[in-house]
Amino acid sequence: MAELIRIKRGLDIKLKGKAGQIFGKAEPATLFSIRPDDFQGIKPKVVVKDGDVVKAGTVIFQDKANPEMKFVSPVSGTVLEVKRGDRRKVLNISIQSDGAYASEPFKKVDPSTLSAADVKSLMLASGFWPFIKQRPYDIVADPNVAPKAIFISGFDTAPLAPEYDYILEGKLEEFQLGVNALAKLTTGKVHIGINIENASKVYKGTKGVELHEFEGPHPTGNVGVQIHHVDPINKGEVVWCINPQDVVTIGTAFKKGAYDFSKIIILSGSCVKKPAYYRTTYFAQLSNILADNVENPANARFISGNVLTGMQIAPDGFLGAYDSQVTVIPEGKQSEFLGWIMPRLNKFSVNRSYFSWLLGGSKEYVLDTNINGGERAFIMSGEYDRVFPMDILPEFLVKAIIAKDIDKMEQLGIYEVAPEDFALCEFVCSSKIETQRIVREGLDFLRKEMA
Amino acid sequence: MKALRNFLDKVKPNFEEGGKLAMFRSVFDGFETFLFVPGTTAKHGTHIHDCIDSKRVMSMVVIALIPALLFGIYNVGYQHYLVTGQDTTDFCGMAVFGLAAVLPKIVVSYLVGLGIEFIVAQWKREEIQEGFLVSGLLIPMIVPVNCPLWMLAVATAFAVIFAKEVFGGTGMNIFNVALITRAFLFFSYPTAMSGDAVWIATDPILGIGGDAAVVDGMTGATALGQVAVAESGLATVTDAMGNTLSTMDMFIGLIPGSIGETSKLAILIGAVILLLSGIASWKTMFSVFVGGAVVGYIFNSVGATPITWYEHILLGGFCFGAVFMATDPVTSARTECGKYVFGFLVGAVAIVIRVLNPGFPEGMMLAILLMNLFAPLIDNLVVQANINRRLKRANKVK
Repeated sequence: MAELIRIKRGLDIKLKGKAGQIFGKAEPATLFSIRPDDFQGIKPKVVVKDGDVVKAGTVIFQDKANPEMKFVSPVSGTVLEVKRGDRRKVLNISIQSDGAYASEPFKKVDPSTLSAADVKSLMLASGFWPFIKQRPYDIVADPNVAPKAIFISGFDTAPLAPEYDYILEGKLEEFQLGVNALAKLTTGKVHIGINIENASKVYKGTKGVELHEFEGPHPTGNVGVQIHHVDPINKGEVVWCINPQDVVTIGTAFKKGAYDFSKIIILSGSCVKKPAYYRTTYFAQLSNILADNVENPANARFISGNVLTGMQIAPDGFLGAYDSQVTVIPEGKQSEFLGWIMPRLNKFSVNRSYFSWLLGGSKEYVLDTNINGGERAFIMSGEYDRVFPMDILPEFLVKAIIAKDIDKMEQLGIYEVAPEDFALCEFVCSSKIETQRIVREGLDFLRKEMA
Repeated sequence: MKALRNFLDKVKPNFEEGGKLAMFRSVFDGFETFLFVPGTTAKHGTHIHDCIDSKRVMSMVVIALIPALLFGIYNVGYQHYLVTGQDTTDFCGMAVFGLAAVLPKIVVSYLVGLGIEFIVAQWKREEIQEGFLVSGLLIPMIVPVNCPLWMLAVATAFAVIFAKEVFGGTGMNIFNVALITRAFLFFSYPTAMSGDAVWIATDPILGIGGDAAVVDGMTGATALGQVAVAESGLATVTDAMGNTLSTMDMFIGLIPGSIGETSKLAILIGAVILLLSGIASWKTMFSVFVGGAVVGYIFNSVGATPITWYEHILLGGFCFGAVFMATDPVTSARTECGKYVFGFLVGAVAIVIRVLNPGFPEGMMLAILLMNLFAPLIDNLVVQANINRRLKRANKVK
């Protein structure tokens, strides 16, 4: 194993509502919804109609640019509705489960015995491909470009994040099969970043991968930070990344010879009555898990994902494509009298003009969705650098993006970053600048210009 | 508070687009967000936000300025009582006189500056921003007590319009707004900004301060003014009554000078507030002192200046500039390495101006303004170094 990589800059935001290692019980979901927008960089061409009968693994839509890239149904049942918005843009495709979990056939084989081309076409046709993301641009991996390496972040350091050690318990065989498939897709290495504090039993038992030990606060668990410290992306290079749970899902299909889109998620946040892990399915409606489990639901923010990068969903919303976490926190619509000068002992700040730095690092906070101020131009300097553990100047990169200066974006390292890497910058920003949105737009702009 | 909130909610429609008072929308908005942190919630991106905002940042700077301001008010009274031969133990009398001299300047500075900001915000349909809360307090603190109010008003208007609003408002300016005000005064009305007669209020204000005449032997020059005109070899500086100043006197600050700059003790309290709260960069502040000390020591040891390096730091506006003006994040270097360079050069240039140019007894203002101009260049070098590292990494792979 390579030597330990210590990350110094960053921030662990301690929130109330952490889930212990227990499973909650909930009725299985019956409604499923796939949002094509979850998959960055693709244009959906829907191949089913309302009322079609589907099985787990039946193709629902495909990418217009790469028609061999399929997106499949997570369960068996009927297509309820292909919902379209303005200019017939596909908003979501909802599927009513029949409860049988019947599956399309899948090849029961160890992918390491297959040729690279076979694995690639199998992954594309099976609907597993979209779970592989690429950098640069933070989009679904382009199958026409060979990556120099594949990265898996084996842990998540975001607030209230799940512990993958716990989720992956006993899944070594599936994980190994998934890794074998991924290994066929690159001539480079498959890297896994592991946390020194975790046991990482599954990762340590996996063959054919290179492990890298990390130590440090969030965003150490972000795959972008790990790539930067292990094998940074230079202009012209492509790296793929994938979430460990998706690796297991791929491996499970190879092991069983059938699709199994079940997934373990963590439900946490200060508004959740009983924070716990739950067994559910990709794209599942979450109401069975959330029902009667949320305090004051009328004044709660439901998030698929974590509080920094997740997506707001309705109380009866659906799990996002890449998410293993659902968070519920209070909304913050109330205005606060002279709040900016108050001591605000119950609020969290990295700025020492508040007192969270005196109250100790273990205090857990209930944070709401209030922005706590108005948007301004950049005023304070150095705020971003303290939470951005890469050799990149975040403020200058964001400014280059705002100015749409392509040369500067490239020079300042935009190929290495994804919006999620800027989430902490956005959190600490005293000018309340939406850095994640800016970076997303910058990546999309650059991709269009470079095409 | 509930009643106030309800009142605001009730009158709010009048100020919205099409309402009777829509022309004051920005003003209403400004006061509303001042009184109540708005209930705006995150729509994109992170769902939670740090509770720091620029109002908090600015108000911390204002708080940090208050010790120096209060001392400045007292010192204005003290100097007046001293040179008119009155009883300098009359604390209240001196404080009232100081207040009568300083308060109108604060009011004028805020009225003119905020007035312009309100008009521009309304015109551009933007929210009123709080940047001027700091500038508006800095301005009266860095002028001599005898600066006429109309000059202050003209200079403030000039600075807010031409140093700030034309660049796009708070956060966009290249030069420190308060220092542009001072520079405008300095070059437009030199007689009101330098010399021996401007630093001590000798006349009563609105009948306050008694009508005693100035005593004989009074000299109104600042310590640095004395150094600048001195024959070589002068090693001691004196207060208004001709008494030699000790290092302690310079530190405590009952000496002539711009209103807020004299007391190093009060500035030190402000510096502690700024550094503890992390609002000001210790890198910038520390480097200014290092730069001043190093250059002061060199000049003193070659005999170019009669006072020691620590006297250079204690006298004049060096400390005030280092703590409150060089650390302005908008106009100083924004990269972490750049802050060391920026700070060092501010300190160094300030002493160079003081020593090598007898026309300018004080160099801090010009040093900071000059370095404001070079801050983007310093940042650019740091950014370029980062770019080169990345290029080198890419080439190594090839």
